[in-house]
Amino acid sequence: MSNTEMVEEKPAKVLLGEIVAKHYQEAWDAKNRGEKVGWCASNFPQEILETMDIKVVYPENQAAAISAKGGGQRMCETAENAGYSNDICAYARISLAYMDVKDAPELNMPQPDFVACCNNICNCMIKWYENIAKELDIPLILIDVPYNDEYEAGDDRVEYLKGQFDHAIKQLEDITGKKWDDKRFEKVMEISQRTGKAWLEATGYAKYTPSPFSGFDVFNHMAVAVCARGKEESAIAFEKLTKEFEENVKTGKSTFKGEEKYRIIFEGIACWPHLRHTFKQLKDGGVNVCGTVYADAFGYIYNNTYELMQAYCGTPNAISYERSLDMRLKLVEENNIDGMLVHINRSCKQWSGIMYEMEREFRERTGLPTATFDGDQADPRNFSDAQYDTRVQGLIEVMEANKAAKMKGEH
Amino acid sequence: MSDIFTLGIDIGSTSSKCVMLKNGKEIVGEGVVNLGAGTKGADQVIEQVIEQSGVKFEDIDVIVSTGYGRNSYEGAKKTMSELSCHAKGGTFIFGKVGTIIDIGGQDIKVLKLNPNGQLTNFLMNDKCAAGTGRFLEVMSGVLDVKLEELGELDKKSTEKTPISSTCTVFAESEVISCMAKKIPIPNIIRGIHASVATRVAGLAKRGGLSQPVAMTGGVTKNSGIVRALSEELDCEIKISPDSQMAGAIGAALYAYEEHQKN
Repeated sequence: MSNTEMVEEKPAKVLLGEIVAKHYQEAWDAKNRGEKVGWCASNFPQEILETMDIKVVYPENQAAAISAKGGGQRMCETAENAGYSNDICAYARISLAYMDVKDAPELNMPQPDFVACCNNICNCMIKWYENIAKELDIPLILIDVPYNDEYEAGDDRVEYLKGQFDHAIKQLEDITGKKWDDKRFEKVMEISQRTGKAWLEATGYAKYTPSPFSGFDVFNHMAVAVCARGKEESAIAFEKLTKEFEENVKTGKSTFKGEEKYRIIFEGIACWPHLRHTFKQLKDGGVNVCGTVYADAFGYIYNNTYELMQAYCGTPNAISYERSLDMRLKLVEENNIDGMLVHINRSCKQWSGIMYEMEREFRERTGLPTATFDGDQADPRNFSDAQYDTRVQGLIEVMEANKAAKMKGEH
Repeated sequence: MSDIFTLGIDIGSTSSKCVMLKNGKEIVGEGVVNLGAGTKGADQVIEQVIEQSGVKFEDIDVIVSTGYGRNSYEGAKKTMSELSCHAKGGTFIFGKVGTIIDIGGQDIKVLKLNPNGQLTNFLMNDKCAAGTGRFLEVMSGVLDVKLEELGELDKKSTEKTPISSTCTVFAESEVISCMAKKIPIPNIIRGIHASVATRVAGLAKRGGLSQPVAMTGGVTKNSGIVRALSEELDCEIKISPDSQMAGAIGAALYAYEEHQKN
């Protein structure tokens, strides 16, 4: 039996799980071989590292996994006991705690020989990575992406980024002894493109009513989009996922169990410590998540290096308010959305701070109901079940009344 | 055709309210017990309303529960969120309103209604007790003044003492230091009311204020809060003796709708 046939037989979900496991295993193997291994920010241009065959692991992915498995509070408290403020991002606190205690039964990963940071998602990232570099006395590679007040990053920004790419490559060559290869870079870009397109094509299937998948599934699948965008097996797995969704549309199936009565945008990062509760309340009310900006953020689309650099300037937290709003409005237009649930995430000031105005204008422009709930991406202490339930129930009741009014022809 | 009796029970964090409705139109019994979720409050208040209305428990057609403790009352056919119930109950009390504000024990709700009286959107406070009923309870404790006396004392104030609206604990410290400075209690209370009003108005303005504006919930009994909020929003705020019952009225109306479906 050929490898290709093996791949075909496994569901995409299994393939994706295997890719994440393999990603961590490869980092361990490299570390054990004496290679230099790094900790890397989720939206750092992975194409650079993939081209040079440098193994990195992603603290954000680890922190999400630790908190989803119930270890978030323990790790946050460890960081707070070491002197870090409770107001700092919980991913950062968990990561800084892990740097210190070097053990988390929920998910272990190799200690870093360097850190690779990109601040296109937030500036807390810089201080977090600087602290690790200082504490462990290891090099810091920083790619600085200024906030884009213009709609699209122009020549000046791309030029600024190009200079930093060149410098980062030089730093990595010095640290690891590995060499840059332009031909290999072309190949990596090609694979990354294939992965990005397949990922977005898969999540794009939410445009069907009913959706062929449960929106919370993408929170699990996206780990591959974070950790392994440049791997061919990731492209293959996402293409498989797309096929499965296509099949579901044809046969009228869905991974969302139960009747899909309402379709919402889930705004913000997942509330990992309370993923089960946040999902269950929606599911029990017949609500499916049919749009997220968060998961789609890891689908980088470009056709050349210029566009690649533009793409890395276009992460959700780096773009202007107007462009951010357009992303939400596009989801409404394409995915037949009934309402929006906004996670006011205490960890992520950058994402949540803009949401009060975003929510107001979103309501004004779409006429759709919205609800906000307090939570956190990784610290379980910033969430209340009862408050969440009331807000979700309220949102469902408004969506229900809207549908009833529509049927009566009142709207 | 026999009369339809429906019961709405609003189990809040600090009190339980209950309303008996006849044919979805007429209130034939209502009551409040100052015991909230997780207590005997719900059973006690239902007993009161049954006695008052003369309608036997077994003759009640449908019961709907709402409020923080809505899922804890097993006798309810269904639960509705207090958001929908205050919107429906508020419309029943006031007629056509554009915005309803409810200051509850643990949260602040700003409800937006369309001309048909349908709840179209809502805003609620985030991660902070400032501006909620709990904030007022804490302050009345510090001042050693009964909650229901705050409104009358506010009327005796000669000026407004500035009190923080950022945090309940900050405000509590400020109130204690004001008392130590011998600032007259009514002036401190007026400052507390202004602090609550600032917080609530911020939320209401964020949602865009549609006129007319009405207020529901037990805090409407505090004339100082109503005045301060009216000043802060620069508009008239409708209140009613039934404001506190709005959630329970809404639940009873939903119970009637439920009955009509079948």
